[in-house]
Amino acid sequence: MSLSIQNLTASIGDQPILKGLNLEIPKGEVHAIMGKNGSGKSTLAKVMAGHPDYTVTGGDVLLDGESLFTLEEPDQRARAGLFLAFQYPMEIPGVTIANFIRAAVQARLPEGEELEATDYYANLYAKMDALKIARTFTSRSVNEGFSGGEKKRCEILQMAMLEPKYCVLDETDSGLDIDALKIVSEGVNAMRSPDRGFLVITHYQRLLDYIVPDKVHVMVDGRIVMTGDKDLALELEAKGYDWVTEDQLATA
Amino acid sequence: MTSAPEHSVIPEPAAPAANPFPAWFQAEQAAALADYEATPAPTRRDESWRFASLKALDLSAFVPAPPVASEGRLITASTGLGGDAAARLVFGNDTLLHRDAPALPPGVLVKPLAEAARENEALVREFFMAQPVELGSHKYAQLHRARLGGAGVLVHVPKNVEVALPIELFHWVEGENSSVFPHTLIVLGENAKVTVVDHFRSADGARAFACGINDFHLARGAQLTYVAVQDWSRDTLAFHLNSTVVGRDAQATALLMNFGGGHVRGESLSRLVEPGARSVMLSLNPLDGTRHLDQRTLQDHVATDTFSDLLYRNSLDDRSQVIFAGLIRPGVGAARTDGYQKMENLMLSEDAVAHAMPGLEILTDDVRCTHGATSGGVSADELFYMQARGIPENQGRRLIVAGFFRSLLDRIENDSLREKLGALVASRLEVIR
Repeated sequence: MSLSIQNLTASIGDQPILKGLNLEIPKGEVHAIMGKNGSGKSTLAKVMAGHPDYTVTGGDVLLDGESLFTLEEPDQRARAGLFLAFQYPMEIPGVTIANFIRAAVQARLPEGEELEATDYYANLYAKMDALKIARTFTSRSVNEGFSGGEKKRCEILQMAMLEPKYCVLDETDSGLDIDALKIVSEGVNAMRSPDRGFLVITHYQRLLDYIVPDKVHVMVDGRIVMTGDKDLALELEAKGYDWVTEDQLATA
Repeated sequence: MTSAPEHSVIPEPAAPAANPFPAWFQAEQAAALADYEATPAPTRRDESWRFASLKALDLSAFVPAPPVASEGRLITASTGLGGDAAARLVFGNDTLLHRDAPALPPGVLVKPLAEAARENEALVREFFMAQPVELGSHKYAQLHRARLGGAGVLVHVPKNVEVALPIELFHWVEGENSSVFPHTLIVLGENAKVTVVDHFRSADGARAFACGINDFHLARGAQLTYVAVQDWSRDTLAFHLNSTVVGRDAQATALLMNFGGGHVRGESLSRLVEPGARSVMLSLNPLDGTRHLDQRTLQDHVATDTFSDLLYRNSLDDRSQVIFAGLIRPGVGAARTDGYQKMENLMLSEDAVAHAMPGLEILTDDVRCTHGATSGGVSADELFYMQARGIPENQGRRLIVAGFFRSLLDRIENDSLREKLGALVASRLEVIR
């Protein structure tokens, strides 16, 4: 059981971004993708989630053996068990967090089955408490007027409520101070389980001090060019991404 | 057709002896009828009818409303916002069907206008339709006055009295081509405070004509929250003409929600006559089908140091249409005016049409005014975000539309009222609360 990305190519307009990307994330593992801005990290996340701006031109992504691309709509992929924590979560005026998550949970129930409100709120409050999100947030509009840290904590809250099989975290550390980073990381670590896989996309090594990965992949120009353990992240931090490029080119 | 049909006079509802008003009032009604007949129908050349669909104003088929079939059914169905009310009056086809006032403080009047015209003549003479109808529908206002029957209400809250619970008024129309003339006159003494909710409803899906007027008068320091929940049938032609006069340091907040009606013409005038007067003008209109909404507004700043804030929001699906024409007018001597006007359309269909004419006419220096209109579709990014959480596209769209309206309700200061209105909007738009 894994999230298996196979020779994936994708473009935006006529511009190819992903150029034959291979990666396998078995359940129970946390993999990190590191890379420079523009290497295609966020594109990978959006392509898997089904963002309409991107065109898949080849390859496949299998979620526990089932092709994601047979599910056309982003909501179908989400219900199949894929979760994307956004780098820039959208603000949705007038839609409260409680109603937003409730609609998402409800969408996972069989037709005709109604969510039990009492249980839902008990679950929501417990998870908010764990993420140190004040309960007053339930009646606030989704992400509207939130600080960067509040937005990211709410992404993790949604992830915790929806209990996905595979979680893709796109630059979840951006815009976070150290306290918020710790809270977010604790939230993610609490969800690590043999039944769940994680793909953590980040530009900086710092996040990986808190969410310790099983594997680290380096992405350059739409491909994974190097894979190692958590120490690879430290080496990258010390030597910079240009080292990878040169090193990779030298061995290519 | 370039003008509305000239003289579609709806006959008197019954024998003159059945008119509930005293003689002095009936004399004014007769004069109003003559003025209605003498006033030319609107034409395309009238600025205040620009873009309007004049052929919709054909009144020839409409008849006086007969007695309703079942009073009990309408009374039972008059549930309102949910929760307790200070007073509740139910009218069916311009006849009072029910009244109760379980929580009305002493001295507060909530009574049929015909009763008030006899028992509180001075009040009615001073305030009833005291403001000129300037936004285009003078003719139809005169028809309203002439044909006003049992569905007028006076709400009078004397000085320093606060009514804690809302006053809820229900106006039902029933029967093919029935015409009704609801009227809500609210007079607030100094520092009086009240919330009044008008519910306009059709008992059936029949074609009907509703010609309603609201007049609000706020003395110094008074606070009025007014909500209209318009649920006429989709085959109803309706006029809703509002005028609000706000005194020193008083505040009027009016929220007009148009959920129903086939062709609705709304006119709202706020006149700020003393320093410190404030008027908040809100409207929330989810439109679909071939519904047509035509709203004209005037924020008339007469005194210095006054404030007005207008926010109208529409969603337009199918082949619906809206017209909005608004004007902020800081008059000569209205220094330090704060006037804001914003109308926003959420376009849900390529076949829907919106005409927006925001406006500003500044006759004095030292004012701060902004006005604007925007139109746009549902944000693809917001929709993707919702879908990425597993919410199907059509449901995500509904949530976004509901949120667009819900966030307008943030302007309502009363928490309990805002909650109830939020639930009402959610239920109308079929989203979970």
